[in-house]
Amino acid sequence: MEGLLSVSVGTVFWASIAFIAVLVILKKMAWGPILQTLEEREQGIANALKQAELAKEEMASLKSGNEQLLKEAREERDRILKDAKEIGDKMRAEAKERAAQDGAALLANAQREIETQKKAAIQELKNQVASLSIQIAEQLVKDKLSDAEKQNALNSKLIEELKAN
Amino acid sequence: MITFAPLKFANKAQSLENKGSMLRIIACVSFILLGQWTIAQHDVSAHTTDTLHSAEAIHADAGEEEKFNPGEMIMHHISDAHQIHFIGQLYMPLPVIVWNHGHLDVFMSSAFWNGFDEHGELQFKSYTASSGVTYENHHESIVIATEGGHGHDAHSASHEKPMDFSITKSVFGMLFIIVLMLIIFRSVSAKYKNGGATKAPSGLQNAIEPFILFVRDEVAVPSIGKKKAGRYMPFLLTVFFFIWLCNMLGLIPFLGGFNITGTLSITLVLAALVFLITSFSGNGHYWGHIFWPPGIPFGIKLILVPIEVLSIFIKPTVLMIRLTANITAGHIIILAFVGLVLLFGQTSAVAGYGVGVGAVIFMIFMFFIELLVAFLQAYVFTLLAALYFGDATQEHHHEGDHH
Repeated sequence: MEGLLSVSVGTVFWASIAFIAVLVILKKMAWGPILQTLEEREQGIANALKQAELAKEEMASLKSGNEQLLKEAREERDRILKDAKEIGDKMRAEAKERAAQDGAALLANAQREIETQKKAAIQELKNQVASLSIQIAEQLVKDKLSDAEKQNALNSKLIEELKAN
Repeated sequence: MITFAPLKFANKAQSLENKGSMLRIIACVSFILLGQWTIAQHDVSAHTTDTLHSAEAIHADAGEEEKFNPGEMIMHHISDAHQIHFIGQLYMPLPVIVWNHGHLDVFMSSAFWNGFDEHGELQFKSYTASSGVTYENHHESIVIATEGGHGHDAHSASHEKPMDFSITKSVFGMLFIIVLMLIIFRSVSAKYKNGGATKAPSGLQNAIEPFILFVRDEVAVPSIGKKKAGRYMPFLLTVFFFIWLCNMLGLIPFLGGFNITGTLSITLVLAALVFLITSFSGNGHYWGHIFWPPGIPFGIKLILVPIEVLSIFIKPTVLMIRLTANITAGHIIILAFVGLVLLFGQTSAVAGYGVGVGAVIFMIFMFFIELLVAFLQAYVFTLLAALYFGDATQEHHHEGDHH
């Protein structure tokens, strides 16, 4: 205590006791649990990081799986669309064809009908003209025969005609 | 940093009262900044006539106009003492425990106190303990007063010294730090226990944890190796926080100017523990390299072995001296600047001013350096201790690896 470099037995005594006591107490009370908890926490963090890495990988694989699925779905859709279009085209073509056929058949029927009707009408007309001609001839004959001179003239004319033949 | 009241400064300031009251303020500021306190005591206590001897007997003997002696002032502040001096005349007595030829005498150091002289300095007297032995505080060393001669021959070497187990200033400071450590780490440890590994650290735990991790990851594991580091962690952590907190306590103002880690007796204990742990954990590889270094010619071995054996003791000794010297040196530098102010102030107030301003600035700078040193020395001590442990426990790697 006198000089700076002297060693006091008493101080050494107290320092030894006190320091060893605090070392033992803190070892039991503080350092043990603290270091253990730190170790556990670090382990936990390491595990969490590892799991995060795994999750990331899983996500990546999931994502690629999703993309595959999406791609397949797209292909499926394209295929369906294509098929649908083909079917549609085919149906349309068929419909068109049938319509054309139907139309042609109808037209043919109509023409046939028109032809029949026309023939019937012409026949009718012919009959009408014939009957009218007969009526006119009747009138003329009646008229001609009513007069003896005319009757003779006619007779002579008819005979002439017959002679000519 | 030393919170001991520089009583002599007060005297000087008083003697310069007319022309130098501002100088006193500068001195005050510097003391406050550095945890010192100067006080101009005008009321002189009466009972100084029967002063046996003062702690500053030199001045009393001199009788002449007192000259400020910085060297003596510095030594007074960095040395251990039997009482803690806070401010002015505020002293705290400490227990004196002496073992004298089978008698254990325990009393408070205030039994030695004999009031203050006209300069406000604490005076001492002898004290007769219950065992009938009369003791004196002779320059902070407890001595047995000789028959008749009541310690007037303060400088004679005839004083018989009892075994002194007193709780001195440094011991008290050390105990204070130990109690503080127990309180801090009890609460921190409770948080770890309650929170478990899954809870994020909080509060004080947050402040302490980086240092625990620092000691583990930067000191213990690189020096000793991951596998064996755990065994030495309790010692390394305790020693690290103990040294650091003791260093810091010496920097706190108004707490008595502790110089715990600058007390050789305390660093001796720390170094001795390092020596013991190193020696007891030393494996065959370690001792083999000391007593019979492999792969070296016989002639060289004769030279090398004594050096290696000496190094076992030199290593912890160096640890002890380094810590003591660093902390004490820091205290001395700052006190030297305080002394400088007063020394110049003695010649003229203007000189005191000029030097005072510069000294305060430099002392602030030194204060920051000391904060760094407080940590650094704790780190260095811990690191070297860890390296010695690592050396003692290292496995046999390959030839020529030893250094």
